[in-house]
Amino acid sequence: MMAEESKKLITGGRRIDGRALDEIRPMAARTGVIARANGSAQFAMGDTVAIAAVHGPREMHPKHMQDPVRAYLKYTYAMAPFATQDRVKPGPSRRSTEISDVSRQAFNSVVFLEEYPKTGIEVYVEVLQANASTRCAGINAASMALADAGIPMADLIASCSAGKVEGQIVLDVAGEEDTEGEVDLPIAYIPRRDEIALLQMDGLITLEEFKKALELAKQGCIKIHETLVDALKEKYRHIELSVSSARSEDKEDV
Amino acid sequence: MEGYEENDVTPAQPMDPNSVLVANNKALVTPGELIAKGVDFLPGGGTYKDAGEVRSKLLGIVRLRNDHLVSVVPLSGQYMPFSGDGVIGVVADVQISSWMVDVNAPYIAFLSLSEGVDEYVDLQKSDLTHYFDVGDVVYAKVLSVSKRKDVKLTMRDRVCRKLHGGNIMTITPAKVPRLIGKGGSMIELIKQHTGCHIIVGQNGLVWMKGEKEALAAEAVMMVERESHIDGLTDRITSFLTSQQG
Repeated sequence: MMAEESKKLITGGRRIDGRALDEIRPMAARTGVIARANGSAQFAMGDTVAIAAVHGPREMHPKHMQDPVRAYLKYTYAMAPFATQDRVKPGPSRRSTEISDVSRQAFNSVVFLEEYPKTGIEVYVEVLQANASTRCAGINAASMALADAGIPMADLIASCSAGKVEGQIVLDVAGEEDTEGEVDLPIAYIPRRDEIALLQMDGLITLEEFKKALELAKQGCIKIHETLVDALKEKYRHIELSVSSARSEDKEDV
Repeated sequence: MEGYEENDVTPAQPMDPNSVLVANNKALVTPGELIAKGVDFLPGGGTYKDAGEVRSKLLGIVRLRNDHLVSVVPLSGQYMPFSGDGVIGVVADVQISSWMVDVNAPYIAFLSLSEGVDEYVDLQKSDLTHYFDVGDVVYAKVLSVSKRKDVKLTMRDRVCRKLHGGNIMTITPAKVPRLIGKGGSMIELIKQHTGCHIIVGQNGLVWMKGEKEALAAEAVMMVERESHIDGLTDRITSFLTSQQG
């Protein structure tokens, strides 16, 4: 009995890492992390860190997948061998193939693919450190990287997960909540259209709980969306600041 | 941004009371960001209209072309070939009667023998590499771009030629107008201070040749990095003057 008590994931409305039920882990986002790519970004939520690089639009290979009227979006999700406690076998797996495909479909709904017929837009997502919600972090990084690459999009997609832990609905499932919790529900959301671009779920949940979890995940995505917008603008604000400070120094000299 | 003032107009009172400009002229916007609402505003380049709202497609700077046309100038992105553009390309392949040229775009460009050479060429006898070989750098004009994005080039223009020697650097194609400046003022400034030959392709490739190539390249990179901030010409002038001596 005592052992079970100490294993509790939620005590007094606080989770094992001290967060409230509807609180996202601290986020860190920045763009332009890979100089050789057309666009790149890094996104971290807690200990989950993903990096994304975008190449293209460029000639589509393999050629038989070229579409004469629109671009083809290639999305490759991969996890670094050192990302988790157990070594992840490098190379494609059933899991990574699935995540790549659902993420690609999510981005197909916002990218203006018809502006670049016959080309391929390549998105590479690498999870550097995994602590649940890696596909969400990957999508957030890819969203920024696409914008950084100058790819026309209707909106930035934001992604986060909700879940059910010890009968309670929580936002941004992390760590033991993912392995011990009842439900994990990652979504990708297009805030300005109020559309869901990706929705996956495992576990058992009632319809009422599902609706509550979905609403909570949407709210989380809206917060993440703000972070993404800020990070994209930050790169240019930073240059602006450095220039204006140099300018005021010049004035002091005179 | 200086260099565009002639196009910039403060919006007059909208005709339609429900039309509002939400983002300011020259504001930094991200994809999906709302710029203007209502029937008075039309979506220009880099924007789209959805449910009566003009939103940005790109990460870029808002530009009002006149009272009604809203567009977004991108801060990054690939070059899209456009008929009439002068571009710098690298010959990628020599074929039976044509050349394939890499113009830093999603599509490889095609230069036919008749558009490439101004004289009669007997294909039985001559070797096309005599005119352009793989790796040669050319300044060419985009002749046409089809709907299927077949890009054709031509050398039939006074300014088109093969570029011998020198160095090439790449900048974001969206920043080419800033590098050239109003009536070529910015590029003239760099040419004067460095004494280099400089050719700027609309596709973001910059060819330069001269003793002070490194200084010219540094100035070009400065233009690229700071193009979205006012007072660029002054900063470039003071940078070039400080480096001389």
